Amino acid sequence: MAKQAVNTSTHSPAELETYLREMLFIRHFEEKCNVAYRQGKAGGYMHVYIGMEALAVGWLNSIRKGHDYVITAYRDHAHALLLGTDPIAVMAEVMGRKAGTAGGKGGSMHIYDPKRGFFGGWGIVGGHVPIGAGLAFASRYRGDDRVTLNFLGDGAANQGVVFETLNMAGLYNLPCIFIIENNEFAMGTRLEYHAADTELWKRGAPFDIKSERLDGMDALQMKQDAQRIVDWVRQNGKPYLVEIMTYRFSGHGAADNDRQLYRTKEEEEAAFQRDPIKRLQRHMLELKLLSEETIEAIDEEIQEEVEKIYEAADASPFPDPSEVYDNIYSDMMPEQGH
Amino acid sequence: MPTTMEMTYREALQKSMIEEMDRNADVFLMGEDIGRYEGTFKVTKGLFPKYGHRRVIDTPITEAGFSGIATGAAMAGLRPIVEFMTMSFSFLALDQIINHTAKVHYMTNGEVKCPIVFRGPGGAAKQLSAQHSHSMEGWYAHVPGLKVVCPATPADIYGMLRTAIRDDNPVIIYENPGLYGVKGQVPDDPDYTIPFGKAQILREGTDISLVGYSRMTQVNLVAAELLEKEGISAEVVDVRSLLPLDTETIYASVKKTHRAVVVYEDWRSGGFGAEIAARIAEDCFDHLDAPVTRVGGLNVPMPYARVLELQCIPDEHDVLAAVHKLS
Repeated sequence: MAKQAVNTSTHSPAELETYLREMLFIRHFEEKCNVAYRQGKAGGYMHVYIGMEALAVGWLNSIRKGHDYVITAYRDHAHALLLGTDPIAVMAEVMGRKAGTAGGKGGSMHIYDPKRGFFGGWGIVGGHVPIGAGLAFASRYRGDDRVTLNFLGDGAANQGVVFETLNMAGLYNLPCIFIIENNEFAMGTRLEYHAADTELWKRGAPFDIKSERLDGMDALQMKQDAQRIVDWVRQNGKPYLVEIMTYRFSGHGAADNDRQLYRTKEEEEAAFQRDPIKRLQRHMLELKLLSEETIEAIDEEIQEEVEKIYEAADASPFPDPSEVYDNIYSDMMPEQGH
Repeated sequence: MPTTMEMTYREALQKSMIEEMDRNADVFLMGEDIGRYEGTFKVTKGLFPKYGHRRVIDTPITEAGFSGIATGAAMAGLRPIVEFMTMSFSFLALDQIINHTAKVHYMTNGEVKCPIVFRGPGGAAKQLSAQHSHSMEGWYAHVPGLKVVCPATPADIYGMLRTAIRDDNPVIIYENPGLYGVKGQVPDDPDYTIPFGKAQILREGTDISLVGYSRMTQVNLVAAELLEKEGISAEVVDVRSLLPLDTETIYASVKKTHRAVVVYEDWRSGGFGAEIAARIAEDCFDHLDAPVTRVGGLNVPMPYARVLELQCIPDEHDVLAAVHKLS
């Protein structure tokens, strides 16, 4: 299992509250996305980050936001929100609105914010992993000190192109951190049924990439580990691979309505006990940084904020049909008409 | 008028790459055996000693992986030129090129550009048989988000490669291996570019339009010579660029000659020539004195024996036969 280092909280009270608020914001935002889906305001494929919040919070608080590069697959709302992307634009994209991050052309799976270093938002399992390495390649080519966070799932870890990429990352010394978000399921297929060796962290070893397995359910521990690794990669200009043990509390996607096909309610109950939000709240209560009342007040405040985001996104218009050909190319149109 | 120099297609291609690499430090090359080994078709000969391993990058034999890395580098603002040892190997990278590279600009609603060139020899060379002889330009030209060009002459590869490198969108350059040794006059101008989407008339005629691209344009020029001896005046339309496609020039020729034969090396069924033929039929119907005809490669996995291979690839006699059927 993941290392369970003693939490020697080196974090200030303000930091703890920030992490708590960020995790709560993601939780409520994602729950609202589920509402949008159920109400028919979001369609297609949508994948929420509920249960995995500590992971993204730990990593995205360890980089230089707007300077470093970040890329992930289709479970991508949290990464954008943590980088500072306008949450109304993220919600509007989920709803396919003109005010969305991609003007309604991408949807939930394709959130981008290049100005903040966020390069997607990709839908083919493992397909974006070489692209992330390419961002790191650009840093190496230019000799700048950017670090790339390249998130992928446990399912993606089996894709051929991921192994190709790890080889080249090792070969060319790319400053790229491959972060396997191991939530134990490749869609509905449990880790032990999809990976010959379930210790995915070992997959860096054949390519001479430093690798380790970490706990992703404790925000403070995650942040500490992430900061250590980000600093090492920035310093050494070499790749790193981490397997983060986490668990998605919800289904694979919004259309995954029968989780009991691949896991039991008892297993889920046990996982819910490891809820990273409750864990941090308990910790802050113990340190007397928070009271039960303030916990509730913060929760309500964030829920209201998310409600306003939802309403603002929902009030925004759909794209105009005249926009359909826009931005296929930077300088031309394809042949038009049916 | 700029002066011209005689050189081969291969030399013109290399000259264009060198001039752009000298002009812009963000331009670099990636591919299998392109550096120390100088490239399988020797297109990159001399570049590794000149630019070093930073800008002439030998890759592992992992087409999907390095196409993806180049795509990411392009998204971060660099201008990669990716060489496929043969375009048949780009099958391994189709998910990257079609489902990633070609989607970047649209999925970001124009926020991210992807200035990348994928180039390499495509089509039959000589007895490379079934797995190394594919014409895939039509596969790529099917994809919104890509530009696809198939230059037929040294001057065109010189000017169109430069246009591709300076383009902010992904460009596929299809180089038929049979063209590398072809000689021609090339402008001596390091800023010579040829805009995409402009077909050219390489030989004027009045009786029939021979429409083709890449090496088939050379075949059409030979066919036109032979037809002239028979008293048939053939116009040779070199399409040059499949996506964007210059239908205006093609249609103008067809409206003049009232007959068209579309020639392409790819499998006859479903190749890009079928698209050109369909457009002519759709838009020039009233001007046609005969059905639009296609001459394509035989629908066969490319065989090894030279006699069988030559049977599969269209040549001037196949073009003549098609023309005779229409007359």
